[in-house]
Amino acid sequence: MTFLSFFNYWAVIVLMMIGYYCVIVRGNMIKKIIGLGIFQTSVFILFISAGKVIGGSTPVLRDGVEVYSNPLPHVLILTAIVVGIATTALGLALTVRIHEAYGSIDDDAIDAAEAQEPQ
Amino acid sequence: MTRLVELMPFIVLLPLLAGPVCALLPGRRLPWLLAVAATAGAFIIAATTLAGVMDGTTLRYAFGNWPPPIGIEYRVDAANALVALLITGVATILLPWAAPTVDAEVPERQGVFYALFLIAMAGLLGITLTGDVFNVFVFLEISSLATYGLIAHGRDRRALLAAFRYLIMGTVGATFLLIGIAFLYILTGSLNMVDLAERLPGVSDSRALQVALGFIVVGLAIKLALFPLHHWLPNAYTYAPTLITAFLAATATKVALYVMLRVVFDVFGPAYSFAALPLASALMVLAIAGMFAGSWLAILQENLKRMLAYSSVAQVGYMVLGVSLVSVAGLGAAFLHLFNHGLMKAALFASVGIVAYQAGSVRIQDLQGIGRQMPWTLTAFALAGLSLIGVPPTAGFISKWVLISAALDAGQAWLVVLILITSLMALVYIARVVETAWLRPRPADAPAVNEAAWWLLGPVWLLVAANFYFGLDTRLTLGGATAAAEALAGGALGVGR
Repeated sequence: MTFLSFFNYWAVIVLMMIGYYCVIVRGNMIKKIIGLGIFQTSVFILFISAGKVIGGSTPVLRDGVEVYSNPLPHVLILTAIVVGIATTALGLALTVRIHEAYGSIDDDAIDAAEAQEPQ
Repeated sequence: MTRLVELMPFIVLLPLLAGPVCALLPGRRLPWLLAVAATAGAFIIAATTLAGVMDGTTLRYAFGNWPPPIGIEYRVDAANALVALLITGVATILLPWAAPTVDAEVPERQGVFYALFLIAMAGLLGITLTGDVFNVFVFLEISSLATYGLIAHGRDRRALLAAFRYLIMGTVGATFLLIGIAFLYILTGSLNMVDLAERLPGVSDSRALQVALGFIVVGLAIKLALFPLHHWLPNAYTYAPTLITAFLAATATKVALYVMLRVVFDVFGPAYSFAALPLASALMVLAIAGMFAGSWLAILQENLKRMLAYSSVAQVGYMVLGVSLVSVAGLGAAFLHLFNHGLMKAALFASVGIVAYQAGSVRIQDLQGIGRQMPWTLTAFALAGLSLIGVPPTAGFISKWVLISAALDAGQAWLVVLILITSLMALVYIARVVETAWLRPRPADAPAVNEAAWWLLGPVWLLVAANFYFGLDTRLTLGGATAAAEALAGGALGVGR
């Protein structure tokens, strides 16, 4: 049962490793951005899942409810999601510009093109 | 005093509010004028704030009248006031200087460019002043996103690549910071730094707290370009527009170092931080490796901007070395070098910016004999270089002197030898440029180059003069750095010196 009670943490760790691996290993810039998105999302889940109080209700004031879940992590992560979207958008915009400038979005191909340019 | 408390948040708010307005202004001069006015205003407030907190008081401003720890507060003592003064001061000197270089490098849509600059600056200032760890993450991302955009404005297509790679590394670093903050929040239910410092001793035997510290330190080490996590820095500095290179080199890594010190010494407390992880020895090894690798790579570079970028990696090493001594004296040395290095790198990158603007090249090979054609610019470079090497009577000398005496105080005399060796390596790479520029004859087929106009030279010489002034009159820098170190860790480490 301990495995199941830590289920959210296992999910976070698996997602985090998938995303991080993707960022490091993939040469394609779009895939790097996807990896970065998965990596960030795993942290968001870590943060949000910590706000769940077992047996707690949704954090809306009502009669007859004593225990509420903690709403603060959701609010914080809303900000972090906005930041994540901005990062993804900027990364994609840069990828478009890199494709226009180099004709490729693959790290190795660009490195090869760069090696021929003077410093 | 109450008025100063209410004025202090405007250090961040002025550039943050001026930024979006700037983006809407048409033409070239209007956005620039607004940017200059906003930075100068922030500089004046930062200077008054520092004057108000030098005696050890702490200014606290609760946003929206929500009392901390529920609301977000700005909490300013000597440590962050000094960093805020450095950021606003460097920006105030560089912006008036940079107008012609920006005209040349960013011919279109300058409103957006200056808006990004102001937002990047507001982000850095926000990180510096805030007393809330989640707010640090948000401002870190605000400044980072603006910085990626600014680097991508460089004319070379490699600027795009540098911006993209910095985006990947920077976001990984910021997400590491967020993981650390998540653990802190899960353990304590608080995000306010002072509140955290009170609650953390209660959970100090938790493994999660150790993990949180590790994630936060590694995340910030990426942002401050601690060797071997410096990989984004050389390309970003080399291909960014001149103004951005000079501004980032003087401020961005310094702010990350400041946050790391704030978290390690103030939130976790040195007693916990340096016992939970082998932080002192790890930082010392990485700092020394950075000092040597950065200096060595700087000697090998053909591109002047890239050379100075690698030199920054080495200089970050000196600051972290001061931290790794875990004494108030060492922390003071780190803060002093943080401030002084900002001054010298701003002067060096600004004089290189003039060379790039006038001669159109920053390859050392192309600069043969240029010293006779641009004597004022190259003299400024050489004098700022003396400060980088640490020759008296410059600010760089004071930094190294204080760092060496802190190392001796800590009983680590062997560090002195390493500091002197890397200073000699700095001498090698600066002397190589000076030798090429002054002692080699100008090739007959080289294009004619004119000396820059006085409005380009003036601010650079002002920065050079500041390097010499703070080498002679150390009341502000040394006094500020000592006050900063004591504000951060005086209670925990005992007042040294």
